[in-house]
Amino acid sequence: MPLNTGQMIDKVRGSRVWRSVFRSGTGSSTLHRALAIQQNIFLHLFATKVRKRMVRFSATWFLGTLTFGTFLILVITGILLMLYYHPSVPQAYADMKDLQFVVSSGLFLRNLHRWSAQLMVFLVFAHMFKVFYRGAYRAPREFNWVIGVVLLLITLLLSYTGYLLPWDQLAFWAITVGSNLSSAVPLIGSKIHFLLLGGNQVNANALLRFYVLHCVVLPLAAILFIAIHFWRIRKDGGLYVQQTEPKPKPQPAPENAAAVKEGQ
Amino acid sequence: MSDPKDFVAGVDSDQRRSPTRVVFVTRRTSAQVRATQEDQVQTFPEVLFRAALAIELLAISLVLFSLFFNAPLEGIADPTHTPNPAKAPWYFLGLQELLHYFPPVVAGVLVPTLLIIALIVIPYFNINIEANGLFLKDHARRVRLFYVTALGMLIFLLFFHVYVGVGPTVIVTLAMIVAAYSTPESPTRLRRYLAMKPLAYWIMTWFLLEMIVLTAVGTWFRGPGWSWVLPWRS
Repeated sequence: MPLNTGQMIDKVRGSRVWRSVFRSGTGSSTLHRALAIQQNIFLHLFATKVRKRMVRFSATWFLGTLTFGTFLILVITGILLMLYYHPSVPQAYADMKDLQFVVSSGLFLRNLHRWSAQLMVFLVFAHMFKVFYRGAYRAPREFNWVIGVVLLLITLLLSYTGYLLPWDQLAFWAITVGSNLSSAVPLIGSKIHFLLLGGNQVNANALLRFYVLHCVVLPLAAILFIAIHFWRIRKDGGLYVQQTEPKPKPQPAPENAAAVKEGQ
Repeated sequence: MSDPKDFVAGVDSDQRRSPTRVVFVTRRTSAQVRATQEDQVQTFPEVLFRAALAIELLAISLVLFSLFFNAPLEGIADPTHTPNPAKAPWYFLGLQELLHYFPPVVAGVLVPTLLIIALIVIPYFNINIEANGLFLKDHARRVRLFYVTALGMLIFLLFFHVYVGVGPTVIVTLAMIVAAYSTPESPTRLRRYLAMKPLAYWIMTWFLLEMIVLTAVGTWFRGPGWSWVLPWRS
């Protein structure tokens, strides 16, 4: 008797190979669904359960999720773009022209990377303001807000370092304008400027430095802090819900009301 | 102060509902458990599938956008030929606009540093945790302080010729004046809404509006030599 799709999926999930990969096992009980999150190294960053109201679109506008989505798109398109790119002068610009005219879908790939990057910067800001206006930065979530600020800076640096890589006039002069600001730092300004560019002006050394920062250092930092950012949502008690926590009545002395609730 | 050992450790009897809650009950009082019964959904599959759907819709929109709009690419970098104006990426154009009014050490170093510090310390200051309307307590003194600050800010902006920054400041000031003379019992909804807003809300909103205006001006209204241009005339 032929199996229907559901039975087939169940059969695969019950197989020895599947069981050896996924620790949570088969089944659709609440327990198994909880285990599917808890027993997975990536998904265990999240809580097994989420307040129903926070799943609604109006609660968060999914801004954090969408920011992460742009990051995923950027990693994938970025790796593909690296296959066609040499961080050297003037080859970098020639590679842009190759992407435009020679590489299959090269132009599309670069478009997608560029627009996703612009959108990511916008979404990070939007996410920050949404969190602020919801009051979700309040204790015990203070430090996750700080991590968010770190991620904002990493995003800006990622975008800024990527801006130079096409090595066109737009890139060159935008980075020149930006990096000149670092010279304005009192006392050590010119040293910082030199360190950033590997020279006194934007040149081949600067391109290589920005390339390494853009493709290795900053993405790794971003992944690390994104992981902490997600994990802290769970440890800090899930997404902040406005006005659920009941209005604190006139509290007795703290030692009388030591109700400890473990993280979810 | 009671003796630190003045409690007995107990476990919530309803293991199914809260398997990990530990309650410390002191001898003289009953335990207070602040728990709200709220509907929850399983992360797998309900939340993860929604997130995946959101990301897929995002990817589809970006793919469509990328099919129709090309990323800018100008001529090869030429250190000997400076474009006029040379502009930073759009998210820095607010700062570049400030650079037009203030020396680089202020607009390029001091302001960004202070902004980052201000963002980081937001959750650590009680003034930002306060959820009560700014003018509901200590009304007379706070209104006085507000007028002095708003006037000071306006004079500061005019003194340095930052005319584009005046608009947001005036809008926020007017909204705050309405808030100052409203209460949670005011007749209109807007006034009730504004009256409930704490100081942190006003500062952040002012910052957001200034950021939008400065970035928009830097992006669309600045031409050669950072002179004022109208984008629809070019």
